[in-house]
Order: sequence, then C-alpha cells, then structure tokens
Amino acid sequence: MHEMSLTESIVRILDEQAGMHGFTRIKTVWLEIGELSHVDPESILFCFDAVSRGSPAAAGAKLEIIRVPGNAWCLDCAESVAIGRRGDPCPRCGGHDLAVTGGEELRVKELEVE
Amino acid sequence: MCTVCGCGDAKVEHHHHDHDHDHQHHHGHDHDHHHDHDHGDLHFGLGLAGVHVPGLSQGRIVQIEQDILGHNDRHAAGNRAWLAERGIFALNLVSSPGSGKTTLLCRTIAALAGRFPVAVIEGDQQTSNDADRIRATGAPAVQVNTGKGCHLDAHMVESALARLDPPEDSALFIENVGNLVCPAAFDLGEAYKVAILSVTEGEDKPLKYPDMFAAAGLMVLNKTDLLPHLEFDVAASIANARRVNPDIVVLQLSARTGEGFDDWLAWIVEGRRRAVAERIRRLEDKLAAAKASLGA
Repeated sequence: MHEMSLTESIVRILDEQAGMHGFTRIKTVWLEIGELSHVDPESILFCFDAVSRGSPAAAGAKLEIIRVPGNAWCLDCAESVAIGRRGDPCPRCGGHDLAVTGGEELRVKELEVE
Repeated sequence: MCTVCGCGDAKVEHHHHDHDHDHQHHHGHDHDHHHDHDHGDLHFGLGLAGVHVPGLSQGRIVQIEQDILGHNDRHAAGNRAWLAERGIFALNLVSSPGSGKTTLLCRTIAALAGRFPVAVIEGDQQTSNDADRIRATGAPAVQVNTGKGCHLDAHMVESALARLDPPEDSALFIENVGNLVCPAAFDLGEAYKVAILSVTEGEDKPLKYPDMFAAAGLMVLNKTDLLPHLEFDVAASIANARRVNPDIVVLQLSARTGEGFDDWLAWIVEGRRRAVAERIRRLEDKLAAAKASLGA
C-alpha cells in the first residue's frame, strides 16, 4: 500500500515545517488530492492516524482532504472537459483522445498551527 | 500590504505603524521571498476568519503548498541528471507478478550481448533470486529488497546506482516490484516506464489499473506464443491501453520464443542511441567552452 509511504512523506513535510517555522503543534492539515491522482483518500486518513503518532508536531492533527476534480483537454472537441476517472470517455463526444490537465494533485496545501 | 489588517505597504521592511491598532506583527511575513515553488510563500497570521483581533490568540494558518511526492521527485531528478551525464538509457519495468519481466530481461541481455553494456537493478520484497538469474547471464545486477515496501522509490535507486555503478553509454533496466498499483506514483529518474502485460492476464487490465498504463510510455504484450490457447483479445487490450493513454506505444512479443523481439530490441537501441547522442552533445559543449576559455 503506497499510501503508507505517501503518508510518511506528509508527516516528514509537517516535521520539516515545524522545525523551520517554530510551531509546536499542528491542529489541522489540508491536503489536496486530485480525483485522478494515485491515491485513495480513505487509505491516507487511515495511515495518517498511525504515522502521525510518531511525530510530536503532527500527533492528533485533523486531516482535511480537498478533492480536486479531474479535468482533461479533449483533442477532438478542442475543449476542456470534466472526467471522473482515467479511461472515462469525453462527456461531450465519447472519444478517448484526452490529455489530463487537472486532478493529479497530491499536495499539502496549508496547516493550522499553534 | 499586511495580510492581517491591511496596513502598511507591500514590503515589510517599510512597514510604518502610523495607525493606531495595537498588534505585535509577529505574524512572520517571511519577506525574504525565496520564490521557490517547493517551499512556496509563507503567509502566517492569515487567521481563521481572515482577520486578526488584537489580544486574542488564534491558530495560525500556514500555507505551504508542498507536493507530497516532492522528496521522491528531487531524488528522481538527481538520478535522471546522473544517468544523462553518463549517457545511460534507463527503463523502469512495471507489471503484475508473473508477467515475465525477468525472463524478458534475461533474453534481452543475451540478445544485446556484444552490442553495448547492460546493467540491472532488481526490486523485490525479499530474496535475491531475480538478481541471481540476471547475473547468470553475465550482466551486473544489484538486488534491492524493499522489505515490506510495495514499490521502489527514487532514493532506493540512487543507492543502487552508487553500488552498481553502471557503465557509461549503457542500457539500465530497473525491474520494479511486481505490482500494478503502487510503482505508478514513483518516478525513479527513468527515461520511460515500460508496463508489461502478459496475455494470460485479462485484456481489461489497463482499465482496472489505469494509473500504471497512463504513466507508461510503452506497453509490452508478453507471452504471445500462448495466444492460440487463450481467448485473449489483443485488439481490445490495445484499445483499452489507449483509452487511458492515447500516446502509449505497444509491442507484442514472446520472451520465451523470441517472436516480436526485433521491434523491442530496436526500440531499446534507439533509446540508448538518443541517450548517448545527448551525452556527446553535452561533452562537445563542454569541449567548446574549454577551448573558448583557452582562446579568450
């Protein structure tokens, strides 16, 4: 389950930020997870609970997940269209000539700290 | 402008408090402006409601905008630069367990013998069986055991490169852990991910595991010698791969019999030729700069 190592990366980022900016406790973490990214948000929530216990700054923090919708450029329609999953057809023309333009985000966006 | 109260002008150094609200302005501002997107600007003190009330403590909001894969991606960029400097063409082989990656590699190494050097990094949770199989062909190989890990990451590959020290102008094959899910997210610094799908699996695998086929530059359809005994629909498997990745190149072969191998070898030879040509270009630039510095 790669969500475990991704969650370890999240906690590493939180620890680095705590060290750099001198806050001692993180109350809330906002994560952006795109609908077309490689992760299952539920697994991240599950892993975060376990991994954050080892971090004085992140322990007990609440994880808020912001889903970023999937978007693609349809080469046939020459338009930006919404897609929910990889492999889904263009909702306008039904074609698959799509270049993903959004929804691949995997980012720690902001923190509420004390 | 102070983002808490709107006072002052754009630069915090010239932040005159000629108005009378009594706040301490220790909300960081961090105006040394490293405009580095990995770190982003820091905006302490934005406050939960976007306002600052003197005398009341509040949680600070820190905008950090850090990619979760940033640490891996920095190591991957380091690997890519290291490989480019040496003219090494690196491929990251990904597939389900049992699709025939190691058999494909052994035959490929034998077929390329005498043309240019080949080296291998083998990733598995445990055992050195695969690296032993590769070494038996005469190619240098390093086994990376991930333990409980389900994928190779760029830092593991960086350590393996230091250990393996693959020759200049070679082809490097990184055989990832057999897993069609997790390795998709991790750039190792390779030129391409190569997804291997064997015809004993379902033709809908590209739709079931779209992230991997979206990340791959090439799909190798392996075990084609078994097609007469199966109901595998080759055209449908290719159409499915193109649904998630319209640009994916598809090659069909059998690592056991060698059918279809010429196209696969030609694809590797061309990739390696480009890597070496790029190294020559860099070396010529260096040479020209050295000559120019003498002439100047």
